[in-house]
Amino acid sequence: MSRYFARKIAIYLLTFFVAVTIDFAIPRLMPGDPIDGLIARFQADPTASEELHGYFTESFGLDQPLWEQYLTFWRGLLQGDLGPSIAYIGSSVSELIWAALPYTLALLVPAIVLSYIAGNRVGALAARRKSLDNTVLPAAYILSATPYMWLALVLAYVLAFKLGWFPVSGAYDFSLQPAWTWEFVRSFLSHWFLPFLTLFLVAFGGWAIGMRNLIIYELEADYANYLRSLGAPGRLVRRYAYGNAVLPQMTGLALALGAVVAGALVTEIVFGYPGIGSLILTAIQNRDYFLLQGIFLLIIVGVLIANFIVDIAYVIVDPRTRTGLQGS
Amino acid sequence: MSLAVDNLQVYYRTLRGDCHALDGVTFAVADGEIMGLAGESGCGKTTLGKSLIRLDGRMRLVGGGAALDGEKLPLGNDKAMDKFRFHEVSIVPQYAMSALNPIRKVGRMISEVLGARGVSYDETLPELRRRLGLVGLDENVLDMYPIELSGGMKQRVVMVLSTLLDPSLLIADELTSALDVSSQKAVSEMLVEFRDRGFVKSAIVITHDLAVLYQIADTILVMYAGKLAEKAPAETIVHAPRHPYTKMLLASLPEVGVTYSEQRLNGIPGRPPSLFDPPTGCRFRHRCPLASEKCLEEPPFVEIEPGHHVACWEA
Amino acid sequence: MATVEPPVESLAGEPVAAEATAPRRRFGYELLYFALRNRKLVVGLSVVLALLVLAIVGPWLTDADPFEFGYPIGEPPSRDYWLGTTSAGQDVYAQFVYGLRSSFIVGALSAAIASLIAMTIGFVSGYRGGIIDEILGMLTNVVLVLPTLAVLIVFAAYLSVGSLVAEAVLIGVTLWPWAARAIRAQTFSLASREFVSLARLSGAGSTRIIVREIAPNMSSYLFLVFILLFGGGVLTAATLDFLGLGPAQVMSLGQMMYTAVYSSALQLGMWWWFIPPGLGITAIVGGLYITNVGLDEVFNPRLRER
Repeated sequence: MSRYFARKIAIYLLTFFVAVTIDFAIPRLMPGDPIDGLIARFQADPTASEELHGYFTESFGLDQPLWEQYLTFWRGLLQGDLGPSIAYIGSSVSELIWAALPYTLALLVPAIVLSYIAGNRVGALAARRKSLDNTVLPAAYILSATPYMWLALVLAYVLAFKLGWFPVSGAYDFSLQPAWTWEFVRSFLSHWFLPFLTLFLVAFGGWAIGMRNLIIYELEADYANYLRSLGAPGRLVRRYAYGNAVLPQMTGLALALGAVVAGALVTEIVFGYPGIGSLILTAIQNRDYFLLQGIFLLIIVGVLIANFIVDIAYVIVDPRTRTGLQGS
Repeated sequence: MSLAVDNLQVYYRTLRGDCHALDGVTFAVADGEIMGLAGESGCGKTTLGKSLIRLDGRMRLVGGGAALDGEKLPLGNDKAMDKFRFHEVSIVPQYAMSALNPIRKVGRMISEVLGARGVSYDETLPELRRRLGLVGLDENVLDMYPIELSGGMKQRVVMVLSTLLDPSLLIADELTSALDVSSQKAVSEMLVEFRDRGFVKSAIVITHDLAVLYQIADTILVMYAGKLAEKAPAETIVHAPRHPYTKMLLASLPEVGVTYSEQRLNGIPGRPPSLFDPPTGCRFRHRCPLASEKCLEEPPFVEIEPGHHVACWEA
Repeated sequence: MATVEPPVESLAGEPVAAEATAPRRRFGYELLYFALRNRKLVVGLSVVLALLVLAIVGPWLTDADPFEFGYPIGEPPSRDYWLGTTSAGQDVYAQFVYGLRSSFIVGALSAAIASLIAMTIGFVSGYRGGIIDEILGMLTNVVLVLPTLAVLIVFAAYLSVGSLVAEAVLIGVTLWPWAARAIRAQTFSLASREFVSLARLSGAGSTRIIVREIAPNMSSYLFLVFILLFGGGVLTAATLDFLGLGPAQVMSLGQMMYTAVYSSALQLGMWWWFIPPGLGITAIVGGLYITNVGLDEVFNPRLRER
């Protein structure tokens, strides 16, 4: 088992290293001078821009040799300093990310957990009952093919704009301040629901299909047939099938995390939800490279951590990994 | 116990039509008898074995039936057969090595299956341990996952589990096909011992390997293209076969001490007929050196001498 | 034991082995037979082809340029403007059909690129094994774990994607890992088969064996992988475009939604602006997925009878 984890951690560290290096390299590979683009934003007059240019070049250490810049980059990273924001002058990137992160997590975590559980159950049911299968399957395929931002738009249009059941945008009512009051929580939830639903539905479709296919496969496995020839009741066979199907499904969870995170980001944009997604959009539109870099690293770290959590869960669920004879 | 099979017909329904895998077989297995079921691939022996315990997805009972100790087996009714499975009729499947749930410890799986069939695991445990010891397995096998066991060990576990409730009839499907020669010997002898100790009353051993059958079976039943060719005591089949197919089958076996440079191996030229549209009359006639006009009419499976049945006009 | 002579002639003049007719050709016809009868395949493919036709023919049915201004502002669909106009006075129908074109182009291109990479890595990994497999495996794992969007954002933001081809390359280069793994697994199981050993014995080199023996036996599987990559490519491109990271000079469905949200089309209730583009994407990708399932059933008889 320790070999299993050691391998996983090695991959994650390697990935982190590669990601940081990519993050470091890209702006420096860009044709032209990155500082020029930065300054263009300020639209300062020529003399001032020259000074600014010198200032920035020095403060970003761009006049140093490349390998030194690389080390400085790493040092700053490990200290949690992600630099200043250009779009929101005066704030540091870390501040902005820290403020936006809770909103994104409030969407992501319940959406992933609930859609995973619900999708697995429904998929398993559909695998057994042909009648359910005929309705669930096409619906699930279409859901999984739906781009997140479009489903967000549809839900927002129908349920918020047309029917007025939910607000169209924001995380809470403008008049309120974040506080642990009942009024705020209610407002928060009503703003939270549609983006959550969007994420839930699309992810749900994917899990349901995956589980359905896995269960069908497991129900035809040798152990299932053997159980049946021993006269075992259907529920025992199904229980075993489910237990076996969960394993590859969990591996699938780790693989799909990146996609769901991407989905959360674009969903936030549609709903004007003040999470990382909206932050990204602002960063892109304002060419705020520091903010982009910071968010990039955040996403990488987040996904790696989530993958690791799934790996731990997998070891708990698959007894074979514990015997040390087989890694996933 | 005794098994009486009467004109059993089991077809596979496919998109290309019905495959006449088992086309009317009639025979009996006596109390305490180990009957070997032999034939080449596709002759219907596995279909026969399976149909006596559980019809697979595409198998359809088209006609005939079987009776165990006089009681009719509800072969076509999956739910009704449950009563007989494990208790009266049991199978050691061809895929025994992958028949255990990979994510359950062996002991836990056994206890769950027993529990589901209304048998107390705790009460059965001493006997289970005894039998595991008999087949050469340590009782801590129960605490292991299937992946920790070798193929041969898994097969022995399945053998023990399948016979745990002392079924009247055991069907052993290709018991030794995946094993090396010494394991083959061990496992075959285990089967005989199970019968001798009364763990199983009778057994049908399905295999293409006549050599193994000669060692352990009391009688041998040879099948060809979904029909029976010959049934006789093992000695008789091997030393005095009457059906041309059996004769040619035995003739194609390599002899000990003879090398290829001295004498070529003989096969049986030609191929078995398609079972989607089986030929009329004797199904072996296209490859049979003794074929004549008479063979256009199907020969009945008759007893030419006590305990010896043949389906051939020339026998 | 007596030797046996082969039968001189069989009775009734029937041939001994009746299955000599060209099995290859029959196999092809058999495939087609099942293909046409498979409802999922037919429905899915019809949807995709219908949209493809629309993508090709649609622009011919209108004079409008997707980027052209000057039309009445914010009009709902009417006889003159089939899908209405945007809040800046652009023709939505024109944007939609040109956007469809872009989706197909990017989807096909990125799928082709990703397939190529996946096949190269998958085949070599699966066939060679050993240290090469380990290294390639590490590479695959790293690219796999890297969240696609994050990487694409960084790349696209800095390199500013100028054309569909550039976008397709970007996407193709990040979407291949799962396909490489799948191909590797299949190659593993095929590489241990006898015909490969035979080919090796006859002196064929690795590349030749992969190209001549292994790949053709996996052709149906490769096709399925390609279709899934196509769908994935379309979705990823849509997301990139929605973030404003796609080629700005080329109209795309994602870009339509980007502009729509930017212009508060949602709050203004201009459904004709943002519903059609997403609908188009869902239809293409959904059609591809369902076609994929149907094709899988056609290729694998075991799945058919469910």
